[in-house]
Amino acid sequence: MNALAIKGLTKTYKNGVQALKGVDLEVAEGDFFALLGPNGAGKSTTIGIVSSLVNKSAGQVSVFGHDIDRELVEAKSCIGLVPQEFNFNQFETLQQIVINQAGFYGVPKNIAVERAEKYLKQLDLWEKRNDQARSLSGGMKRRLMIARALMHEPKMLILDEPTAGVDIEIRRSMWDFLREINQQGITIILTTHYLEEAEMLCRNIAIIDKGHIVENTSMKNLLSKLNVETFVLDLPKCSEDPNLVDFDYRMIDVHTLEVDIPKENSLNNLFQQLSDKNIEIMSMRNKENRLEELFVRLVEDGRNRKQEQSGAEQSA
Amino acid sequence: MPNRNLVALQTIWRKEVTRFLRIWVQTLVPPTITMSLYFIIFGSLIGSRIGTMGGFTYMEFIVPGLIMMSVITNSYANVSSSFFSAKFQRNIEELIVSPVPHWVVIFGYVGGGLFRAILTGTLVTLVSMLFVDIKIHNLLVIAVTLVLTSTLFATAGLINAVYAKSFDDISIIPTFVLTPLTYLGGVFYSLSLLPDFWQMVSKINPIVYMVSGFRFGFLGQSDFTFLTSVVVLLAFNVLFFGIAYRLISTGTGIRN
Repeated sequence: MNALAIKGLTKTYKNGVQALKGVDLEVAEGDFFALLGPNGAGKSTTIGIVSSLVNKSAGQVSVFGHDIDRELVEAKSCIGLVPQEFNFNQFETLQQIVINQAGFYGVPKNIAVERAEKYLKQLDLWEKRNDQARSLSGGMKRRLMIARALMHEPKMLILDEPTAGVDIEIRRSMWDFLREINQQGITIILTTHYLEEAEMLCRNIAIIDKGHIVENTSMKNLLSKLNVETFVLDLPKCSEDPNLVDFDYRMIDVHTLEVDIPKENSLNNLFQQLSDKNIEIMSMRNKENRLEELFVRLVEDGRNRKQEQSGAEQSA
Repeated sequence: MPNRNLVALQTIWRKEVTRFLRIWVQTLVPPTITMSLYFIIFGSLIGSRIGTMGGFTYMEFIVPGLIMMSVITNSYANVSSSFFSAKFQRNIEELIVSPVPHWVVIFGYVGGGLFRAILTGTLVTLVSMLFVDIKIHNLLVIAVTLVLTSTLFATAGLINAVYAKSFDDISIIPTFVLTPLTYLGGVFYSLSLLPDFWQMVSKINPIVYMVSGFRFGFLGQSDFTFLTSVVVLLAFNVLFFGIAYRLISTGTGIRN
């Protein structure tokens, strides 16, 4: 069964902005799914419709087989939402916030109290349980929203940019936590601006742009589209041009060499050439923006396809 | 699942009560002080020179109206400010995404307003006992009028908050509608003192029926029959609940 099935979803806001222009999307049960797109692409609108924060204009949405038009209560019960912006009462304590949220889903108070302890401890917030939410740091507030979303033990967790503004250490601990609950069977849908985050966590991915899905594939497939990977090599000191054959390369400075390595070319070839020239390699890493370059390319390809389509329709 | 709705209702109500008790200095103390001043100025100082009204001392006469006045303003203010704050801080989204039926949301918020009204009404009554020996003609009449009035104005506060776009918007109705209607609703005088024309005009003010019903519960005397008061209150309650239900279910002001 699909955790989420979206068909022909459109949304036109009152001001005339058409945010979604026929989105089709399926997310399998148990998946860790990324929904990516530039600002204003329609990610938050899609999530908003699925979680009932936004009214759709047309189309169908079903959550674990429950159509949101006919079985909204069942559909809502399956979803835990972690929105992009902090949307809890800043004057309530952490415990009040999470226990109340459980109550809205009909979880009796004695069970809610147990769960509050469980999730606040797991997200390292237990010590702060009696503090008002406004006193928390940004990272803590993000974790509080995750704890709150889990209080009714949903089958699917939707996170809208959950690590925005969170430092690396906390981000990594959040990743570990999300991986853990995904392994326990919770389907996770994630929107993020950190493409590396999607790569680290997600098995499948959809890219949305201007209200259309421009790519929907597995992360593995997406990465295979990276025909060329750029590696950064740290060298002790290299003042000469290494004169590499079959590779595009750039000397960034005397210690840093950047090399584009096509998929069909072997790394051994590169190492051999450097070794022949007595150039030592101290360390090597991927250039971090490689996914971003691919992302930009895919979005541009999608836009070009749309333009071609509309051009063809007009000439027809 | 009915039990689930009951838990949700208890949760919203508890959240509301916790909220106004947490800020009791803003919610419970001011109406008590304001009403004490009314008792001192209108009841003791000026009232002693006015003489009797309908066979009762002026103080005895205005006590039910003043209690009703605090009940009206507090039930309204509780829900309008709380619901608008939830919109403003966006924590209303907690309720929108959860499977809480719309009627439970309304009952929960209105229940919070009702409880604050009962609490302030009780506090004001206790304060009034420092100034006058309270007469109670019929406790059931007092309770019915109190509950129906509180739920009506709590629902009205909710409707106001749904439409409000700023904190100013939730003070416009209390200032320009509620306060004049309350002052002209027979709190300080009997309608029989008014010329015929103004008596007729007063009859379209729903607050006169609430004050009248409440006064009947205390003094056994009023401008209208208790049945008239109950019918008017029930009619307005049904009307306002219908409006609130429609607004919440369509997501007016809270969903795009």
